Amino acid sequence: MNAPVLDRRQLLQGSGALIVSFSLTDAFAQDQAPPAGAPAPKPPGSLATSPYLDSWIRIDADGGITVFTGKAELGQGFKTAFQQIAAEELDVPFASLKVVTADTKLTANEGYTAGSHSTQDSGAAIQHAAAQARALLVAEAARRLDASPENLRTDSGAVIAPDGRRLTYGELVANDMLHVQAKPSSKLKDPATFKVMGQPIPRVDIPAKVTGGLAYVQDLRLPDMVHARLVRPPSYGAQLTDCDTASVEKLPGVVKVVRDGNFLAVVAKKEFQAVKAMQALSLAAKWKETAQLPKQDDLLSVLTTELQSKDFAIFDRSNPAVTGHKTIEATYTRPYQSHGSIGPSCAVAQLVDGAMTVWTHTQGVYPDRAAIAEMLRVPPASVRLIHVEGSGCYGHNGADDVAGDAALIARALPGTPVRVQWMREQEHGWEPYGPAMVTKLKASIGDDGKIADWNFAVWSNTHSMRPGGAGSLLAAQHMAQPFAVPEAKPLPLPEGGGDRNAIPIYTFPNAHVMHHFLPDMPIRISAMRGLGAYHNVFSIESFMDELAKLAGADPVEFRLKHLDDARGREVIEKAAEGFGWRKGQQASRDRGYGFAFARYKNLAAYCAIASEVEVNRETGRARLVRAVAAVDSGQVVNPDGLTNQIEGAIVQSASWTLYERVTFDQSRITSIDWQTYPILRFDAVPEKIEVHIINRPGKPFLGSGETGQGPAAAALANAIANATGKRLRNLPLTRKRIKDAIDA
Amino acid sequence: MMTLKVNGHDHQIDAEPDTPLLYVLRDDLKLNAAKFGCGLGQCGSCTVIVDGKAVLSCVTPLVLLEGKQVTTLEGLGTVAQPAPIQRAFMEEQAAQCGYCIAGMMMRAQALLQRIPKPTDEQIRAELAPHLCRCGTHMRILRAVHRAARLMDTAELAPADQRSAQ
Repeated sequence: MNAPVLDRRQLLQGSGALIVSFSLTDAFAQDQAPPAGAPAPKPPGSLATSPYLDSWIRIDADGGITVFTGKAELGQGFKTAFQQIAAEELDVPFASLKVVTADTKLTANEGYTAGSHSTQDSGAAIQHAAAQARALLVAEAARRLDASPENLRTDSGAVIAPDGRRLTYGELVANDMLHVQAKPSSKLKDPATFKVMGQPIPRVDIPAKVTGGLAYVQDLRLPDMVHARLVRPPSYGAQLTDCDTASVEKLPGVVKVVRDGNFLAVVAKKEFQAVKAMQALSLAAKWKETAQLPKQDDLLSVLTTELQSKDFAIFDRSNPAVTGHKTIEATYTRPYQSHGSIGPSCAVAQLVDGAMTVWTHTQGVYPDRAAIAEMLRVPPASVRLIHVEGSGCYGHNGADDVAGDAALIARALPGTPVRVQWMREQEHGWEPYGPAMVTKLKASIGDDGKIADWNFAVWSNTHSMRPGGAGSLLAAQHMAQPFAVPEAKPLPLPEGGGDRNAIPIYTFPNAHVMHHFLPDMPIRISAMRGLGAYHNVFSIESFMDELAKLAGADPVEFRLKHLDDARGREVIEKAAEGFGWRKGQQASRDRGYGFAFARYKNLAAYCAIASEVEVNRETGRARLVRAVAAVDSGQVVNPDGLTNQIEGAIVQSASWTLYERVTFDQSRITSIDWQTYPILRFDAVPEKIEVHIINRPGKPFLGSGETGQGPAAAALANAIANATGKRLRNLPLTRKRIKDAIDA
Repeated sequence: MMTLKVNGHDHQIDAEPDTPLLYVLRDDLKLNAAKFGCGLGQCGSCTVIVDGKAVLSCVTPLVLLEGKQVTTLEGLGTVAQPAPIQRAFMEEQAAQCGYCIAGMMMRAQALLQRIPKPTDEQIRAELAPHLCRCGTHMRILRAVHRAARLMDTAELAPADQRSAQ
């Protein structure tokens, strides 16, 4: 984790010799001159927005190397992966460098750690910055050794001449040597020579996590820190009409009750004192509730008829010469679903001499800083956000909100560090959920057994209400002078939000895709792992199986018949082979096989999954027995890390798909703990998961953190259909729904 | 003021008797491993060992612990000298975010002290009270099996670990 008091200027002051290499800087500048009339080529990844090499890599005179990333470690293991990338391109031992993650004072502004972008954006930036830094060091060595750069080699942090003379990076580095803008292209190492990249190097964060080390923001203990707990309204928009705080303030250890409009919190010296005071304060608070939530059991009509939509035709392809004669249609629904972090959101904030510091597990230190600064009505420069890992978030959970809560409370206690952690029911009740969605599909099969026309329509809210302005924060919404919730916007394609992966990757002669964007959000929502891709891929890949059945074709063969993308085909073939998929195969009684495939966002990692499921016909209970995945995420940095992500995606998606649904009544969220929002437990864990990686040495990194969610869901649904002969289209595929389908 | 024995050491605790053990461990004793997950005994992230048994520390009040021996993950080993269960979780890379792991490891440790060579079914049944949201279950199961093997190879357990037995 990041040290609380690290300053970039102090760091830079610590760095080496004062030799300034104007010639090199000039050489770089020269290379950057764009050809006349052409747009300037941009360097790769986040170097395009933070072009200075020393925004990414710092080398000290003693040879110590620090890598800076604006992304946040969320448990995906990329801190280790980035260290591998930098070590590889710098030609230094893995253990000789350290990685500093998102901190508004130290690292580049890389926006959010989201959308499977970390390795694509930050990893690519680090790779190229490291390669260019190494080139600068070699050039400087060539100058000092009066040798040609081509004749020099690098090894273990030194440049070595053919005659054995060597200069270490620490000796070579000049104070501003790396303070140059990146060139558009770099001379990267030949993947065949990789020593660190591509290796399953153990994660750097795991030792502390398995020994009780300081690993999470929840573990931060600053001197004289106090503990705060919140009393949230009982429902959206509820007004605090009365609250006798005097008796609460007299409770043991209580330091202060903080009230600002509908924002209510209590601060105590010890943590459990704060919890008890919160319970007392909760009893004292009187609320007027006004919320009118939609009908939970009728989300189909709520989304497709009651809520107003803005309609976008996002894909149209027509070939009137091709027509189908067998047509089917189907509607698929997804409920609101919870991120369900195991550790409720937490933050520590401290106001010192007008400067606010917040330690937070937000996915975006810069945007969250802007939101908090706006809420506090102070300049962003007076607020610093430091990312410290939290419990896994899988998207926009309560992390940003609790950072805002902590800042608002810390403002009322100048000088004192305040730690705030949400209670379980607050995390479950107030986090912004993954949005409910509806998809309607219609397609026809032609005489050749292929899909002749394809129609797809999706109804959805936006999939990101991240800050974005103070109005995204609960604290700012609840203040006496509240900030309005910002207007929802659809996320632009090609990545998309509700329409993420709505455009089929398959080639159909006629295809029409509509995005019905729903601006009104009756339930608080935001980004959840995979965004719309989870439901869109579930729908497309379920429907592909329905169409394959109609065409009398094998599901794998049917997919390959419609797919031109060579890498996609290879992934499908690999998963099928690993699973032992055979045309005309028959699962044993009460078991079924299912297959699904997608390329996340149609531009990130490819993933195909074959699943075997067991269905208990008496109870309707479905259990994932085994899953075999194949994935192509371009150049692999850490194969074990990638495998871990895909294994996790399969299990998490099985949980979403089989069990999960946020529940609510007319005014309140009613799924507020693990009893009312059950998720997968050990009794439902598969017997086996296999992940086959197709490595693509030298190819760009393709984000893989979310690629498994959709295929895992559809493979499971297809396997249930295979086992029962019944197609289930409404998520989650609960025991009751399966039982009802079997009995129907 | 009461005496609480944690990881082999006596501690004088100045907390109200209804304070759940979890808060005493985290707030008074500054121990990180046991985690707040739900406060309701539903997720297992707060699990520690009390007199050899896995206990949900978030719902166990201090008053019930007089004279008992509490062991947390910190009491099993260190990064430099990990206990078999810790080594196994590192070797299997059995974590993503890892927030739930400490609790799982403590219940697994209690199981392995009771049944040195559990079957896969026994491990799954034992870990039933625990939630993992990242979906690291397969690795966790492998890690518990590995820990059983490591313990079997006459690994000398750290001194603190014996206090858990």
